[in-house]
Amino acid sequence: MSLDAEQVKKIAHLARIEINDADIPGYASTLSNILDLVDQMSAVNTDDVEPMAHPMDASQRLRADVVTETNQRDRFQSVAPKTEDGLYLVPQVIE
Amino acid sequence: MYHNKTLAELSAMLQAGEVSSVELTQYFLDRIKAKDSEINSFISVTEEQALAQAKAADERIAAGNAGALTGVPFAQKDIFCTEGVRSSCGSKMLDNFISPYDATVVSKFNTAGAVMLGKTNMDEFAMGSSNETSFYGAVKNPWDLKKVPGGSSGGSAAAVAARLAPAATGTDTGGSIRQPASLCNLTGLKPTYGRVSRYGMIAFASSLDQAGPMARTAQDCALLMNVMAGFDEKDSTSIEKEVPDYTAELNQPIKGLKIGLPKEFFGDGLDPEVAKPIQEAIALYKEMGAEIVDISLPNSALSVPVYYVVAPAECSSNLSRMDGVRFGHRCEEPKDLEDLYKRSRGEGFGEEVKRRILIGTYALSAGYYDAYYIKAQKLRRLISDDFKKAFEQVDVILGPTSPNVAFNMGEKSQDPVSMYLSDIYTIAVNLAGLPGMSVPAGFAHDMPVGLQLIGNYFEESRLLNVAHAYQQQTDWHDLCPPGFE
Amino acid sequence: MQWEVVIGLEIHAQLMTNSKIFSGASIAYGAEPNTQACAVDLGLPGVLPVLNTEAVRMAAKFGLAIGANVSRHSVFARKNYFYPDLPKGYQISQMELPIVETGQLEIELKDGTKKLIGVTRAHLEEDAGKSLHEDYHGMTGIDLNRAGTPLLEIVSEPDMRSAEEAVAYMRKIHSLVQYIEICDGNMAEGSFRCDANVSVRPKGQQEYGTRAELKNINSFKFVEKAINIEVERQIELIEDGGTVVQETRLYDADKNETRSMRSKEEANDYRYFPDPDLLPVVLDDAYLETVKATLPELPDVKRDRFIQEYGLSSVDAGILTMNRSLADYFEKAAELSAAAKLAANWVMGEVSALLNKNDLEISACPVSAEMLAGMLKRIEDNTISGKIAKEVFEAMWSGDGDADAVIDKKGLKQITDSSAIEALVDEVIANNPAQAAEFKAGKEQLMGFFVGQIMKASKGKANPGQVNQMLKQKLSG
Repeated sequence: MSLDAEQVKKIAHLARIEINDADIPGYASTLSNILDLVDQMSAVNTDDVEPMAHPMDASQRLRADVVTETNQRDRFQSVAPKTEDGLYLVPQVIE
Repeated sequence: MYHNKTLAELSAMLQAGEVSSVELTQYFLDRIKAKDSEINSFISVTEEQALAQAKAADERIAAGNAGALTGVPFAQKDIFCTEGVRSSCGSKMLDNFISPYDATVVSKFNTAGAVMLGKTNMDEFAMGSSNETSFYGAVKNPWDLKKVPGGSSGGSAAAVAARLAPAATGTDTGGSIRQPASLCNLTGLKPTYGRVSRYGMIAFASSLDQAGPMARTAQDCALLMNVMAGFDEKDSTSIEKEVPDYTAELNQPIKGLKIGLPKEFFGDGLDPEVAKPIQEAIALYKEMGAEIVDISLPNSALSVPVYYVVAPAECSSNLSRMDGVRFGHRCEEPKDLEDLYKRSRGEGFGEEVKRRILIGTYALSAGYYDAYYIKAQKLRRLISDDFKKAFEQVDVILGPTSPNVAFNMGEKSQDPVSMYLSDIYTIAVNLAGLPGMSVPAGFAHDMPVGLQLIGNYFEESRLLNVAHAYQQQTDWHDLCPPGFE
Repeated sequence: MQWEVVIGLEIHAQLMTNSKIFSGASIAYGAEPNTQACAVDLGLPGVLPVLNTEAVRMAAKFGLAIGANVSRHSVFARKNYFYPDLPKGYQISQMELPIVETGQLEIELKDGTKKLIGVTRAHLEEDAGKSLHEDYHGMTGIDLNRAGTPLLEIVSEPDMRSAEEAVAYMRKIHSLVQYIEICDGNMAEGSFRCDANVSVRPKGQQEYGTRAELKNINSFKFVEKAINIEVERQIELIEDGGTVVQETRLYDADKNETRSMRSKEEANDYRYFPDPDLLPVVLDDAYLETVKATLPELPDVKRDRFIQEYGLSSVDAGILTMNRSLADYFEKAAELSAAAKLAANWVMGEVSALLNKNDLEISACPVSAEMLAGMLKRIEDNTISGKIAKEVFEAMWSGDGDADAVIDKKGLKQITDSSAIEALVDEVIANNPAQAAEFKAGKEQLMGFFVGQIMKASKGKANPGQVNQMLKQKLSG
């Protein structure tokens, strides 16, 4: 399986990562190599195998419906790039 | 001097009043200052906090309510969120991230009264096997400064190997504790998935990540496990199971122990020089009365391809929160929302991280999900089932940790696939969620070789026991890299 | 060409928990921005979700209430996309294995026809935050208080064929979720929202037409208008030779039009996969039995019982059971007064009118069911007439005490003493000799005039029945 430049650009857009045009061929080639490695998976038939999402056959534990958190806005926003009036600011969202 | 002592020895000295925690802490801080420039193992040294913690620990020891780790200095991998301290995960993305909260593992060390010397260097977001992908520069192997220490917990490994800290924490997603422990002549344990809380440990691949100790001896790892392990209600994947005293079974005899040797771990890819010390270790176990059984893990050969679907898929989603909005790197003057995302992430992530996000995004995207992600999940079950069958026959599985000794810096960094294959013996353990260890077993090409031990679920005590028995008969683990004696 | 409209609804009901679905932060409405967004809600590095037990219970309760299959094994999945109100870059939702599958609901239309609407699934998910579009130097502000609020997304089959059916279905769900106490139904605060998938096809055609998704419609009135205007748009478009594109559209109530949402136009690839931070939710029969035991009498059952037990019409019983509190209020008043039909008329009449006028919920009604029943008893035993009762009711509403106290204080007790009524009748006949003569000459329509005069003279307190009887006797005598 190999990826071309267009596919790399499409994936990079989906992942919202900017990649310089000059770097695209390099990514296309290393990603294609990784996919070649990954394609070894097709050697084994897995028709009747149940996918395993998780190492443990455990079930979800449920949390009591209790409010345990208090307002820590100032603390959390002290690491934020841009805030005003308690809001996180981002470039204008157009709907 | 103090740097040649094990964690257990330092703990005993503290308890006996032979040294204070402040003295010990200052000693290691000075040693870091003097020596770390050679190996680059720390991202942050938290001197002020460390001395304050040491002072509190001394008071606690004086008051007679100290635990085994009270006052003992150690290093924390920078993947753990530490309140008030930069928690960078080795990335430019989080270079400015001063965590507003503590990871559960961090709280547990604080409660135990251990003294954090600083945060260790690592591959960016734990993605790497050489510690060359860190935003803070590569870490060097104290045994040979031209060589890599392994990764992703390379900073922790190098720091402990160079005696800059008696012990450190690591995390292991595909071998990130065991492989650097092997390459740096340390003892490292990756516990059963769910044994140590993942809360506050910056996620790489959630279904594989597990934190564990890295130290000189199995006994030290046991002491660290006593603090790190335990159920955490903040982590849904944490297991509600009683934590044993991991030191209790260290001295159990291993006569009659059934050790399985998977033939797949001794095949073509293994450097024959690395195979030698492993064979010697097997002979020694035989002498100690263990029974050696040949076994097979037929699907383990596919663990690398499976891992390079599962881990990137999970990481592509886990790292989406790094978007320049609430914390972390944000590009200058974003012209619109898309620009904010793309440039912040493009600038904040290094090449290997981007590569894995792209592979994961691709594997999950429409039209490829079944062929990649579901296929990998199915193979994951087959790999896991191989172990289940093996543990019906044997108590522990033994093999090399890594097919080669530490490689030269720059040797594999341009060829991701060859780098990925250096984790060929460790990855299957993460896919199955089993506990695994690496134990110093000798040298090849003048570099350390690690012996891997794999246990059944929650059999960390057994692994520590098997490793400890070996360390009672050998002194590989005591050897110190030249220049750091 | 004859067109057929096809509508499916996706309803988001906010669950009435105390804390968020995956964190211990409060979901109370109206807090200062970002004061109820904890580390987990903000998606800080390293945080992990833990599922709220009440959210699961409420979802199961809904499933049981519509006779659906409540999954013994359901799985949370990540829906990946970038948006500033979505802190983690993914929404935790359910995809392949939702907690509720295949149920149905019966709706009733204005003309009395009934129709079954299929509920494909209902799944648990977390809500996103809010983007505030006030201008912050050309930037948008993000408030993440709502991020992580538990939602039940209820997805219908494309079974509805008109805006009226869609509204009836939405009302039915709205009533049900409040009945079973899993959602407060407050549409103004966004606790109950709806997306509508709308398409048209030539009548008789099997395949569905291309659908447009109308987003976030937050009132019954707008659902009807938005669907009708969208249907009109699609039909016109096709008849003019165009084709409908699959897209998300926003209903603009001010302009009464739908328009394409450009920001969501890009084809999304959500890359769903099971959330590795959460394990499968496993429910057993014993658990579901305990949840089932907490289900109240459901609206349809209650309506049938009201018809049977109280002799109400189907329409009246339907109105009274739309809201559980209203039904309880009626039932209490009916029981205590032993005058069910009268109680029904009063609850649907004066009580509802004054509640509407004052914008109050039945739970905040100043006249309790006990007080209403006390007054209905006085109507039944002829202490007051229906007309006087309105005065009594208004006095009770204003806080003047119960019916007996008001009647006593204001002297509103009906005059039933026949000699007193006779005196009133005599007086009115004497004062209107011309009309009395005409009546006697056969102009019996004047009866009403005389009754009116007498009631006026008695300030409304004379018993109307007795007055009638006495008048007839006197005038024909």
